[in-house]
Formats: sequence, structure tokens, C-alpha cells
Amino acid sequence: MSGHHHDHDHDDVDAGPPLDDLQLRVRALESLLVDKGLVDPTALDTLIDTYETKVGPRNGARVVAKAWIDPKYRQRLLENASTAIAELGYIGRQGEDMVVLENTPKVHNMVVCTLCSCYPWPVLGLPPVWYKAAPYRSRAVIDPRGVLKEFGVTVPDDVEVRVWDSTAELRYLVLPERPAGTEGLREEQLAELVTRDAMIGTGKVEAPRPKAKR
Amino acid sequence: MNGVHDMGGMHGLGPVEPEPNEPVFHHDWERKVFALNLATGFIGKWNIDMSRYSRELMPGPEYLRTSYYEHWLYGLELLLVEKGLITVEEMRSKRPAGPAPDGLRVLRPDDVPRRLRAIRAARMDEDVPAKFKAGEGVVARNIHPMGHTRLPRYARGKRGVIDRDHGVFIYPDAHAAGLGKQPQHCYSVRFSARELWGAEASSRDAIYIDLFEPYLDPA
Repeated sequence: MSGHHHDHDHDDVDAGPPLDDLQLRVRALESLLVDKGLVDPTALDTLIDTYETKVGPRNGARVVAKAWIDPKYRQRLLENASTAIAELGYIGRQGEDMVVLENTPKVHNMVVCTLCSCYPWPVLGLPPVWYKAAPYRSRAVIDPRGVLKEFGVTVPDDVEVRVWDSTAELRYLVLPERPAGTEGLREEQLAELVTRDAMIGTGKVEAPRPKAKR
Repeated sequence: MNGVHDMGGMHGLGPVEPEPNEPVFHHDWERKVFALNLATGFIGKWNIDMSRYSRELMPGPEYLRTSYYEHWLYGLELLLVEKGLITVEEMRSKRPAGPAPDGLRVLRPDDVPRRLRAIRAARMDEDVPAKFKAGEGVVARNIHPMGHTRLPRYARGKRGVIDRDHGVFIYPDAHAAGLGKQPQHCYSVRFSARELWGAEASSRDAIYIDLFEPYLDPA
């Protein structure tokens, strides 16, 4: 875009030059594709809206809560994750072939994609920046316990850490341990406790703090 | 290819930095790059393995210096030209020199839910005999193909055990090169942390890697 002169008055907004360049480069590519009839702009909006507002880790949290409440569902989930997750309506792109990994008092599972950014979209949405970035991708396989510690998760020595590198088209969801003290909670209340990181395996699910007595 | 995208086990790439309450996208151009990738991908001129390979072709120093959706943008621009949807001149001038070829399946808003909810992708029904079964020892081949591969460098030459056979899938190495689907068994292979990283690693821990049959020899 060099040689282009702008006389509008937004040149001094916060974004540094690289972002401005990117914004312009992408805008130009988008209009080129739209002008050529290769892309329908309304379809772009629908795609963005889907992953920004409709698909996200709340889906996975419902799967986890149901597995905690319903032992038969848990069994189906561990035996054939794709169909069990589809029972709740979560299907499709980047979640076609799902595997659920159950954390237990003896095994802690965590998921990475060292080669790119493979992640189970229908249940977790699009991955966070750290999951796609070099530090996590490089370190998760060689120093999983160190990485977990930085996430605030200390795994005792007698617990086995299993790291799953999503190098093919299988997509992994961790079924975290149900925390003690949640026996009386309903499925929807349990789902609210389940974090995205717990389903990647870089977090644990915490019981709600007891309400302070007044 | 032995690119910088193949990061497993590298040191010195900085701390993991989770962002509390992270938005799905940080900039409007990221939204657009994401959606343009999906929308043009659905036209069907390339497959997901070609998409991944196109991002791997970004020169290493640039890949490390840039953010995730810049990798996607790089790969997209490459594929649009390589697969003939945009000419080099159009990419340079950012002005259309003529209409797109007839008969392309352009993604319409009404198609989006159906396309995103398709439940078949890389798994195949082909009856391919499996060379390995769960519990058998294997060694990952020490190969260094110039093209796309999903055998990470840190596993090459290492011994593991078949944890499970996931079934038959499109073989990405061939698919990325335009050589067809060449269905292959894909296995989850368990490598002990010590086999991969030496005596300093935990004796208890393990890395499970999804590997296609052509990557493996009997141990």
C-alpha cells in the first residue's frame, strides 16, 4: 500500500503502524475478493458471528457437567466422544472426530498442538492466543509440569502427566475431575464452574467458595 | 518440512502468557482473516492440509515475528494466487482485472450453518488393513520431508507404543501435495517423557502423538 496518501484525520490513533498496515492490507484483500464475486460479505458476517457469539467453551462445560451427573453419559462420552457430544448438538468443523480424556487422581491430561493450533471448536470455540503461540506449543511437551505450574496447577509426583499433541484430525477434550463439595449442585450450576482451561488440561475445576456467614 | 512451525521441545520462545477474559478476536482485521479463510476454503480449490502447509511456508524469521492470524493471511494470499482465484497482478494492485471463473461454489450466508456442521472431514470408510495394533512397539521414522508432514521433529527416531488405532484418515502429507487422499491408519502413539527428553524428564509422564502409519516402523 505504499505510495498511498490519506488525507483523513485518523492517522494518529493508538494503533501502531504495523496494525494500520494489516488493517489496510486485509481490507484491500476483502474488497478484491468481494468485487470478484469470490466472497459474499454477508457470509463473512455469519461466520464471524458464529464463532464470536454462538460457539464457545460453555458448550464443553455442559458436556462435562452432564458427564459428572450422569454415569451412563460419562461412559458413552469416554467410549465414543463424537456421538456423545453430538447428543447435545455440538458437532461439525474441527470437532468431527472427538476424544475425551478423563482426569483422575492418578492421571492428569493436557492438550497441545505443537505444529499449529488444532483445537476442538464445537465444544471450546476458537483457541486463545496463548494456545496458538510459540511458548505453549514449544514447552507443553518438554516441560508440562513447569507450564502447568505457571497456570497455577501443581501436579503431585505420584500423578502421571499425559500430554496429547493434536498432530492429526482427532480433537481432544479433557474431562476434569469433579471437585469435592459440589455434591448438592445441579447440572447447570456445575457447568458454571467448568473453565476453558480445565478442559484443555491447564486448569482444575474449583468448588465454589462457601458463602461467608454474616 | 523442518520449519519453525514444528516447535515441540524448543527453548527460548518466551513465557506462556494467558490473558484474562480474552476476546475471541483482538482486532477487526483478525475477524476478517478468519472469515475470509473459511469462506474461500469452502470454494473447494484447496484442502485443509494445503492451508496448513501454506502457513508453514512463511519464512521462519517472519513466522516467529508475526501473530497467528498474520500466518493465516500469508497462507491465504499464497493459495489464492497459486490456485488461480486471484492473479499476481490483482494481488499487487488489489483491483479486480476481471470476474471470477464461472461455476465456483461461493459461500452464501444460508450455507454457513450446514457447512460448519458437516460431521465428515478427514475420516474415511476405506477398508485399509492396519499394520499395528494397540500395545505394539513402534519407532517413528527418522525422515525429513521437504513438504507438509504431521510427524513432529521431536518424535523422529524415538520409540513408542501404540495406544490406540483411531481408524482410517486422509493422509495429510499426500493431500497437502495434491496427491489425493491416500487413506492411512492413524494411531495414538505413547512415548515416555524420558524416551523423548532424556533422563532429566519425569519417569512417570508421557506424550501421546497422533501418527499416520507411514511414519512408523515396528520397534
